[in-house]
Amino acid sequence: MADTLTKEPDYSAGRSVGSLYWAVLRRELLLFFRRRSDLLNPLVFFLLVASLFPLGVSPDPTFLAQVAPGVVWVAALLSTLLSMDGLFRSDFDDGTLEQTLLSPQPMFVVGLAKVSAHWIMTGLPLTLLAPLIAVMLFLPADGMAGLVLTLLLGTPTLSLIGAIGAALTVGLRKGGVLLSLLVLPLYVPVLIFGSSAVQAAINGLPVSGHLALLGAMLALGVVMAPLAIGAALRISVSG
Amino acid sequence: MIVENLYCERDDRVLFEDLGFSLMKGEVLQIEGQNGSGKTTLLRILAGLSSHFEGDIYWRGLPLMDVQDDFRRDMLYFGHQPGVKAMLSPEENLRWYAAMHPAIDLDRMATALDAVGLNGYEDVPCHSLSAGQHRRVSLARLYMTAAPLWILDEPFTAIDKAGVAKQEMLIQRHAELGGSVILTTHHELHLGSHMRRINLDQLAGT
Amino acid sequence: MSGQKKWMPRWFYQLASPRWCYDITGKLLPGFVIAALLLLGVGTVWALLFAPADYQQGNSFRIIYIHVPAAILAQSCYMMMAVAGAIGLIWKMKVADMVAKSCAPIGVSVALLALATGAIWGKPTWGSWWVWDARLTSMLILLFLYLGVIALHSAIENEVTAAQSAAVLSLVGLVNIPIIKYSVEWWNTLHQPATFTLTERPAMPAEMWVPLLVMVIGFYCFFAVSLMLRIRNEILHRERRAGWVRQMIGGE
Repeated sequence: MADTLTKEPDYSAGRSVGSLYWAVLRRELLLFFRRRSDLLNPLVFFLLVASLFPLGVSPDPTFLAQVAPGVVWVAALLSTLLSMDGLFRSDFDDGTLEQTLLSPQPMFVVGLAKVSAHWIMTGLPLTLLAPLIAVMLFLPADGMAGLVLTLLLGTPTLSLIGAIGAALTVGLRKGGVLLSLLVLPLYVPVLIFGSSAVQAAINGLPVSGHLALLGAMLALGVVMAPLAIGAALRISVSG
Repeated sequence: MIVENLYCERDDRVLFEDLGFSLMKGEVLQIEGQNGSGKTTLLRILAGLSSHFEGDIYWRGLPLMDVQDDFRRDMLYFGHQPGVKAMLSPEENLRWYAAMHPAIDLDRMATALDAVGLNGYEDVPCHSLSAGQHRRVSLARLYMTAAPLWILDEPFTAIDKAGVAKQEMLIQRHAELGGSVILTTHHELHLGSHMRRINLDQLAGT
Repeated sequence: MSGQKKWMPRWFYQLASPRWCYDITGKLLPGFVIAALLLLGVGTVWALLFAPADYQQGNSFRIIYIHVPAAILAQSCYMMMAVAGAIGLIWKMKVADMVAKSCAPIGVSVALLALATGAIWGKPTWGSWWVWDARLTSMLILLFLYLGVIALHSAIENEVTAAQSAAVLSLVGLVNIPIIKYSVEWWNTLHQPATFTLTERPAMPAEMWVPLLVMVIGFYCFFAVSLMLRIRNEILHRERRAGWVRQMIGGE
């Protein structure tokens, strides 16, 4: 290390925003992969919530077919929320969050990469599992494509919004319940457009409008949420 | 780095007020004080992690607030929590640090791991390492970084005697090369002319 | 923070001083108390006794003189909370944090009032206490947003961190409110069109909307009064170790 203090380190080499994004994404995916059992929990929860409805209300196929879009969406929303709490918590506990905030890298990119990893590990599997639940709930075949498409566009938005709540509550002991209190009201628009798109698809109406709106919300989320996540993390760590 | 009129209170208790000092190249500043005297709080403020203070901090003559990005490039912080992911191996942890901090040179990872005595543990997940080894993973960054300012919070905790002696030498060499170190520790350091001490107990307000 | 650039007008920085703020609110308070009492008194009497009954709903419509001002106030109070929070975040201004903190409980109570009056109004109009009507639902979600901000604020012990976190949350909420409103409206529109807008000529006859306007302004004055009282409390509490507060309390 003798000669290095005088030498100006080369900041530009391979430190572009893109490579930072990939570095964080790879690390997060690796971490998720090392804790495979945690990955299953939201999916099991998703299945459980969806199967509570027939048990709690009625197993009648026509009734279930009617409520299926809403039930699948509510279940997906709740299981995303459930998985959200741990997003920054382990980083906070072992001090890596501090180190992330002290790095000269833009938090916007780091936050976006973390949320992307989270979505790949929860939102995407949920979307892929949804048709199975939809079949169990007698969702008409016409709605199936709409369901998968809306979940594909909607769950990233849920992850982005949820991450803001997770960042705000990361320093708190009992963050879990509070997190849902903060985040659920903000999930309303996604829920409304998501489930009504599926309903429209069942009724043979075009769903491109709904999908466009969900896409617009996702775009807004990608632009705005990482800013809020970065600010919230700095505040939480400074407390 | 120059600090002026630093004032901080926590839970209605004044930790320090009117605290001022300057840190030049090649200096090692040891912050002393009893438990709860605000050592960690002070280091967190200096590192830019906490904004709960009043007063001015300057880095290379400019207010810290205005040059945060440059400051973060030039600074290495070793905190209360070592900042090591238990699920990743020492090598993966350091790779991540290198991706986040441009001042950390990945080419020196092997020598660094060797220097902190983790040779042969590169691929072992950190959760199977001891607490001391955990901290050593994070301390390995000291051998890899080009950052001139080190802020170290209790770097010798859970490190064995030989390790402490090695760290001390490292710090001394860093100072000799023109780097600066701010650290807290209960160890007696023998760094000769580079050393200065600040005792927070004597500074504590009413 | 000394690194700050002074490019805002002077009064803006004066506002940042809790003491100055305490003094100025003390001077403004009596005026607003009188205005609020006068406007609310006149408005209530006018609305209940002199305004004509609605040709469809009869006398039951008179509840709008509470419902509409409360609903408007609940929304603008949220906006004020978010803006004050943003000012607190950007300029690290203690007083702005106090304003934001004081807004939240007032917002909750007016939102509750709007919901309660809406439900009571619903009984004679729709025949049930609760209807999943677009604007009632939006108000309900607004109430949840307020409760979230309050819950977050009270969960964090450090006052500064709490204020900053709550500010970020209320800003996120502020961005979302239009989207929520739009989505809920789109989801279900049962309600009659907006009763009162500033840009359009209201559909109501003048003898109906003039008292409503009086009530709305009265509500705002009342809001100002309760906000100032809360802020003054908050200032005294946080500055309790400052010399001027000790002197004042000791002197009185």
